Amino acid sequence: MKHIDEFRNKGLVKNLINKIEKISHYEVSIMEVCGGHTWAIQKFGIPSLLPETIKLMSGPGCPVCVTSKSFIDHAVAYSRLNNTIITTFGDLIKVPGSTSSLEKEKSKGADIRIVFSVLDALKIAENNPQKKIIFLGVGFETTAPGTAAGIINADKKNIDNFFILSSHKIMPPAMSALIDEGVKINGYIAPGHVSTITGSSIYQGIPQNYNVGCVISGFEPVDILQSIYMLLMQIYNEDFKVEIQYTRAVKPEGNVIAQQAINEVFTLADDWWRGFGIIPASGLILNSKYSRFDAATMISVEVEKTIEEKGCICGEILKGLKKPKDCKLFGTVCTSTNPVGACMVSHEGSCNAYFRFNS
Amino acid sequence: MENNIVLGHGSGGKLTHSLIKDIFYKYFDNSILLQQSDSAVFCMQSENLAFTTDSYVIDPPFFPGGDIGKLAVCGTVNDLAVAGAVPKYISAAFIIEEGLPLKDLEKIVESMAAEAKNAGVKIVTGDTKVVNKGQCDKIFINTSGIGIIDKNNEKINTGETIENGDKILINGPVAQHGMAIMAVRNFGSFKTDIKSDCASLNHLIKDVLDTGARVKFMRDATRGGVATVLVEIAQNTGLGITINEEDVPVDENVRGMCELLGFDPFYVANEGKLVMVVHPEDEQKVINAFKNNPLGENVSVIGEIVESHAAKVVLKTEIGGKRIMDMLAGEQLPRIC
Repeated sequence: MKHIDEFRNKGLVKNLINKIEKISHYEVSIMEVCGGHTWAIQKFGIPSLLPETIKLMSGPGCPVCVTSKSFIDHAVAYSRLNNTIITTFGDLIKVPGSTSSLEKEKSKGADIRIVFSVLDALKIAENNPQKKIIFLGVGFETTAPGTAAGIINADKKNIDNFFILSSHKIMPPAMSALIDEGVKINGYIAPGHVSTITGSSIYQGIPQNYNVGCVISGFEPVDILQSIYMLLMQIYNEDFKVEIQYTRAVKPEGNVIAQQAINEVFTLADDWWRGFGIIPASGLILNSKYSRFDAATMISVEVEKTIEEKGCICGEILKGLKKPKDCKLFGTVCTSTNPVGACMVSHEGSCNAYFRFNS
Repeated sequence: MENNIVLGHGSGGKLTHSLIKDIFYKYFDNSILLQQSDSAVFCMQSENLAFTTDSYVIDPPFFPGGDIGKLAVCGTVNDLAVAGAVPKYISAAFIIEEGLPLKDLEKIVESMAAEAKNAGVKIVTGDTKVVNKGQCDKIFINTSGIGIIDKNNEKINTGETIENGDKILINGPVAQHGMAIMAVRNFGSFKTDIKSDCASLNHLIKDVLDTGARVKFMRDATRGGVATVLVEIAQNTGLGITINEEDVPVDENVRGMCELLGFDPFYVANEGKLVMVVHPEDEQKVINAFKNNPLGENVSVIGEIVESHAAKVVLKTEIGGKRIMDMLAGEQLPRIC
């Protein structure tokens, strides 16, 4: 496959590994904060190729994993209402809430539909005018423009039975919060897809304020290894900055139209992240102009009290403080078939990736 | 005659009888079936018999490379053949949703008959039920099959003779069936030319066994894909398996679609692929036999049984890295067979 095989070329990989081995002379910690990177690193077996001096950590890059349990409880409560259709990306279906999950509610007869785009959800709304359609808006800057486009469309078409339950978040505050909490990070493999939307400037604070490197990376093995090499150069030369490795997709200014859509519809708010608690100005909620599409304010529902699992260390794993194997539940009580924590549910979650590839 | 299946076709009365006569007897035509009794009565002379059953609920019933009828025969033939058996007789039970066009049923039955002929098996008994609209999706088929096992092949089914150094082969490119179904469901609204690999493998298997090669184990890699078969072998034998990702054939169009949709071809269903474990000294003999049959011409040695990493499958990735390969949790794609 053109444009993929080149980035999986064994010779190039070997060359990069040699270069990394050559310059690596003391231990560094590099964290990826995008679930796609977590997945690719495990799928291609990249840790097995790197020298021991390079410690790779997985951060809070899987949107499903950082979504609060109360959000799931909320969605479950909505799914139990009459004349209501829940539309969602597939990943969210299995995430356990306090006492139920969307999957369990679906098996009991709730109308929960997996969609691949918010526009599919909008179509469902148009075809079912007598029902309320709630789209579960989850994800970072990558999926937020899609949700925004859905709302702008619904507004234009005057669709009044379409609502969003938003858990959209933005990435940079979490990257700062990790360092503020004392997690030792020398460099970030910065998210590729998020950056196609935002551009590179949103990460400027990371090298400036913390002396931590930042390289925006693509998702193929050569991309990731080259990004690691670029980070090592920054770290060992103490020349911290934001660099783009993924130049074939990411422009410094990002996707301006998508940014405008986000700004048109959303406003920043404090948000709850699994493992972190509240991070100030890290969530996206609908602004007053579009609040009539906000499920949380427009449709009242009684939500059960959130119950956190005992023993689950998803929080520490999301911060890179612990590895999935450090969790007592990992692989025994918590498996990809019966996930306890969200990190085990999503295909992009660290526990899921470790469970499948590195157990 | 009605144009569509109605509840009366399952009532046991006149409509049922005309359905049996005009469709099932017409196509499945063989002397055991035409005894028209409640049970098929036949004689089998072997100490070892293999017996299997499987239900087919694929959505949609017609897909590129096959249909539910062909699949229902191939699937059961393959389940027998990979156990080292020579498939002989098959039963076919139909659960049909009222409203199914009769011509669709006829097409499916005709396809079953053609595949049975091709595989050299007879469909000797059957049943038809019709359910209300919405109580099943168009048509569900159950087939059971019975076959005879030669004394020399009786240990293939358990894999008990697998040992370190044995080679692992596959008869061709993986993931075609699952991706063909995906494409026909118009997932992502794009068109492809991917066809299901749906095929009866019993003749291919016979070609290999006839060489006298020491075949230790066989399994058709259906739901769960090749990865699931390999993990089962490792877990059941307690031995390690090393697989070279580069050696597992995947057609370019299938690989492209998998990449695009985030599927791992190792976990995507096949309906005409088998994983075979053979004694290393017989590797070439087996390859030659495979290559002489169109269903095996793209055979590849994908890995071997090893002493290290007991009960685990380690994949050497295409870039030279290493990782564990595990079973799939949940479905990648529902109702594919």
